[in-house]
Amino acid sequence: MTASELSGGFAVAAWDGAHAFRAVLNAMARPGTIVALSAATGPEPISVAAATVLLTLCDRTTPLHLAGDHDNAALRTWIAFHCAAPIVAAQDAAFALGRWDALQPLDRFAIGTPEYPDRAATLIIDNHDFEGMPARLTGPGIRGTAALALPDARAFVANHARFPLGWDAILTSGRHLAALPRSTEIR
Amino acid sequence: MTDQAYNFAYLDEDTKRMIRRAILKAIAIPGYQVPFASREMPMPYGWGTGGVQVTAATLVPEDVLKVIDQGADDTTNAVSIRKFFQRTAGVATTERTRDATVIQTRHRIPETPLTEDQILVYQVPIPEPMRFLEPRETETRRIHALADYGLMQVRLYEDIARHGEIATSYAYPVEVAGRYVMDPSPIPKFDNPKLDDCPAIQLFGAGREQRIHAVPPYTRIRSLDFEDHPFIASKADHACALCGSRKSYLDEVITDDAGGRMFVCSDTDFCAENAKGDA
Repeated sequence: MTASELSGGFAVAAWDGAHAFRAVLNAMARPGTIVALSAATGPEPISVAAATVLLTLCDRTTPLHLAGDHDNAALRTWIAFHCAAPIVAAQDAAFALGRWDALQPLDRFAIGTPEYPDRAATLIIDNHDFEGMPARLTGPGIRGTAALALPDARAFVANHARFPLGWDAILTSGRHLAALPRSTEIR
Repeated sequence: MTDQAYNFAYLDEDTKRMIRRAILKAIAIPGYQVPFASREMPMPYGWGTGGVQVTAATLVPEDVLKVIDQGADDTTNAVSIRKFFQRTAGVATTERTRDATVIQTRHRIPETPLTEDQILVYQVPIPEPMRFLEPRETETRRIHALADYGLMQVRLYEDIARHGEIATSYAYPVEVAGRYVMDPSPIPKFDNPKLDDCPAIQLFGAGREQRIHAVPPYTRIRSLDFEDHPFIASKADHACALCGSRKSYLDEVITDDAGGRMFVCSDTDFCAENAKGDA
C-alpha cells in the first residue's frame, strides 16, 4: 500500500458526505441537471465525481462491481481502504463502476423484482462525455423537458420500458455528475 | 451550538449512507415504499422518528430548518425536533416557510408555495395505503407489483354508497406518476393538490414501519376519484378568526363548554404573515 492509496478521502466525513449526497439527490431528483462534486480523489482512471459518489454511498454492505480499466490493483486498494465495499461479479452488484463500454452487456445487472423493485443496481458510468448529442428527457423530476447527452439512448429507452424495474444510472466525468433514474422517458 | 458528543446530525455515517441509498431508490421509483433499516431514535415511535432520520441524512451544515406539527411551529413535537437538530447538527432554524431549505412536517403542507430550493420531509405513521384493507404485507406487495388497486376504488365507492360522497378527509390516497398508489401521510385532503407538480423534493419517512418513499419535483400526483364523484379539496367554510384568510386550511378550536368555537389557520407562519399583510 502506498501513500497515494491512503490519501484522497473525505477531509471531514460527515460534512463532505452530506454535501455530496445533496448534490447526488438533486441530480437524481432532477434528471438532466449537472452538479459538481470534488471531495474525494482516487487512482486512475476514476473521476473525482465518481470517487466522491463511492465514498458517499458505498461501504462494506454494498457489493461493488468494477468494470474494464476501473478494475485495477491501485483502485481496488483505494476502495478497500476508504469504503471497504466488497468487489463482486456484475450480477451480484448493488453498484457498478466503469466506462459505458466496459459495463456492457447491461443485462448482467440486477433490475429488482416486481415485489422489490428497489433491489436494483446503480450504474456509475464514469468518464462520460457530457458534450455529446443531447437526448430529450421527460418524466418525474422534469418540468417540461430536459436535455442530457447519453452514451446510448436506446439502452435507456429499453431500461425505462420495464419500469418500475430497471437499473438507475449516475453519469460522471471530472467533477461533474448527472443522474438518470429508470423513471425517465427518453424522447 | 453543536453538541460535540454526537456526529453531525446525530446519526453515524453508516446509517446515513444506508438511508441515503434508500432515498435515491425512492426517488428513482416515485411512490414505491423502499424498506430501510430504521434506527431507534431518542424519541418514541409516533413522534416523527422516520422523518427525523430522513432529515438527518439530508441535512447539510448550511441548511435552514423549519419543523411544523399540523402546520404549527410552536407545538411540542415541532419544538423538540427543531431543538434536536439545533443541538446535534448546529443548523440554523426558522419559522418562516420562505426562508427554510429543509422543512420537516407532521400532517400538513405549508400554505406558502414551495420552491425548487426546498426539501419537504414528511413524518409518516402508516406508509402502506392498502394496510387497513389488507393486513398481510405479502399481499400488499403483490397488489403494488401488479398495480391491482381495485380494492382502493371499492373503498372509495363504499364511502359514496354510505355517505353520498367520498368521506375520506385525510391520508387521501393518490396515484404517483401514473403507477404507484401512495398514502401521502395524514395530511388533510385540502393539501393533496399541493403534492402535484410541486417544485420541491418531497421525502416521506416512516420509522416504526421502516419505509421511505418519495415524490420527485414536478411529478404528476392524482387523487383517486370517480368521473361522477370527482376529488374535492375541502376545508371548513369559514374565514380565519385571526388573519381573515378564506383560502388557508383551518383548525376548529373549542373556546368554552357552551358551544363556543373559532376557526384559525393551521399554518401559524402563513397566519402571522397574512395578518401583517405579507402573505
